[in-house]
Amino acid sequence: MTQSSTGWSEELSRVRFHVVTGKGGTGKTTVAAALALALAGKGRKVLLIEVEGRQGIAQLFDHAPLPYDEVRIAAARNGGSLHALAIDTEAALLEFLAMFYNLGFAGKTLKRMGAIDFATTLAPGLRDVILTGKAKECVNRTDKSGRHEYDAVVLDAPPTGRVVQFLDVNRALADLAKVGPVRGHSESVVKLVHSPFTVVHLVTLLEEMPVRETLDAVAELDSADIRPGVVIANRVHPNRLPARSVAAAADGRVDGSRLRAGLESAGLKLDSDNLDGLVEETIEHAIRVQLQEGAQQQLDEARLPVLRLEDLTHGVDTAALYELAEALDEQGVR
Amino acid sequence: MPSLLDIDALIDDANTKIVVCCGSGGVGKTTTAASLAVRAANRGRKAVVMTIDPARRLAQSLGLRELSNQPTRVDVDEFRPTGELAAMMLDMRRTFDDMVLQHAGPERAKAIFANTVYQTIASSFSGTQEYMAMEKLGQLSASGDWDLIIVDTPPSRNALDFLDAPQRMSSVLDGRVMRMLSAPAKATGITKLFGAGFNLFTKAISAVIGGQLMTDLSAFVQAFDSMFGGFKERADATFRLLSSPGTAFLVVAAPEPDALREASYFCQRLIKDDMPLAGLVLNRTHPVLAELPGARATAIADEMSGSPLAQAVLRLHADRVAVAEREKRLLARFTMAHPSVALVGVPALPADVHDIDGLLIVGDRLAGKG
Repeated sequence: MTQSSTGWSEELSRVRFHVVTGKGGTGKTTVAAALALALAGKGRKVLLIEVEGRQGIAQLFDHAPLPYDEVRIAAARNGGSLHALAIDTEAALLEFLAMFYNLGFAGKTLKRMGAIDFATTLAPGLRDVILTGKAKECVNRTDKSGRHEYDAVVLDAPPTGRVVQFLDVNRALADLAKVGPVRGHSESVVKLVHSPFTVVHLVTLLEEMPVRETLDAVAELDSADIRPGVVIANRVHPNRLPARSVAAAADGRVDGSRLRAGLESAGLKLDSDNLDGLVEETIEHAIRVQLQEGAQQQLDEARLPVLRLEDLTHGVDTAALYELAEALDEQGVR
Repeated sequence: MPSLLDIDALIDDANTKIVVCCGSGGVGKTTTAASLAVRAANRGRKAVVMTIDPARRLAQSLGLRELSNQPTRVDVDEFRPTGELAAMMLDMRRTFDDMVLQHAGPERAKAIFANTVYQTIASSFSGTQEYMAMEKLGQLSASGDWDLIIVDTPPSRNALDFLDAPQRMSSVLDGRVMRMLSAPAKATGITKLFGAGFNLFTKAISAVIGGQLMTDLSAFVQAFDSMFGGFKERADATFRLLSSPGTAFLVVAAPEPDALREASYFCQRLIKDDMPLAGLVLNRTHPVLAELPGARATAIADEMSGSPLAQAVLRLHADRVAVAEREKRLLARFTMAHPSVALVGVPALPADVHDIDGLLIVGDRLAGKG
């Protein structure tokens, strides 16, 4: 595994709002949770937020579905703790309306009528303003002594294709009112998102399409003046072959008689079908490794630090999350 | 053991008119749909595949260069099917525009196209893509030009969106809420029904989304008023088409927990609604190709000195066994919940598929051959 020692800069360790995005199917939620755990392991109080109503956090931590409330879900090393919040758009909108417009008991009725779903789908920007606004409130919240309630907030954000639109509430404001509470609300989100306390991390697989999307997203972030953090290459398949034999194997050239001799010298005799099977597996492995290397090179275009998480062959459960957090820790996340 | 899903029997059956490939995002729905279409054409069907947002190179392999709302015949040198193959990429906005044009006539359509609320709905309303996919499917089916239509479904967050979105969308467009919001003054009964909160709410919404949008909304509702009925009728007709025996749903999943969970919900839903579920395609599996237990391979590799090639091969084999076992465990969970759903595993190709040859190989694997 290549270590990028300069991966996690001093600057990144001062960031308080970590936005995690990635193409669908890259393991964005898992990586966001592992990052939150790694940060908490440095003795921080960390809040992990999800916004897509999937209850992904609860599933990862084997927890009952999360209410719309901040819940402590895990302990971490060095006195750190991990809390989680699943933002329910409707509830957050009602909360917002109640705060500024004195909307009393009508909320439930409106919800039943689908009026809220309607308003948020009609003006998609509204949904984003409400969600980012709630996240911002968590990032900025302080206790009586003026200390931030959370040392860091990790947001499991919408996928790469939508993340800039999601964060760039300025643009969303185009369809919203230019006056009143919404405006103030949005302005403070804009301020946070463009501050040195916010970065966007991108989760990818080392495959052509996800890497392409990652590069596009980085370009889009740059033009919106939002700071990218690190790229996290997830589910990396470790190369088992000696580096010099990868290209030949990917080309279908695996020395069967050398393999047979090597296995026999260790006392393993296989029939030709099984030997052929092993050769085929080796070729597929080599092709995959080669594609990964190509994807890695392409990823370098982004000029961002790349952290790598190996594929967990046994699958992701809560214990595996700690393993992933450990791997991030080893690569300098602090 | 669940039964094996016989893909060839499905696509060879002249009674199969529509195959819908559904599943969560990133599981290879588009590739599956394209491979099925290629295979069906090779076996003599007159097939069309409607893709939604395909990878560029995959689209190019089918001769598609841009969004097109009409199927184009796939005419590439290396592919000479006994049947016929056409492909298209759904242009959501154009499909919507066409639908409006047809119902409203050119004059009124022009005003509608200029309306910002229409623009929002036609381009970014959640569910529009699903709605338009259904609309297009209805059109393709009604044209009678094809004897097999294969549909890829939009990359929804939730696989169920495909079934629900058109209904939800037409009920929103047709809904009381929209009328009330657009003309609160006229909605006299509302205050009685829901209390004073409603007027407060419309005021609040209006303050939040802005006065201009409310004005446009009002204009939009008025312009659309006469079309609502027609839209709903069409969505209902397509839904009926999907429930008919000529349709087959293939649920596509990757051997990952999230994808299989979605697949499980989807099967449940199809069964509950009595929709024609053909089976599950478990895409991109990693079957073990040599009979050698993983633990044994690792143990021998650990003991070995020299023979770096043999050692590496034993380790990569042990990795592969572990992956295959995880995949089997995940699948076992699915089959326990749905013992009656037929399924087929499609071994992963080591590289992305972006040409006809790749689609032919996937087709073979779908059919359990090769």
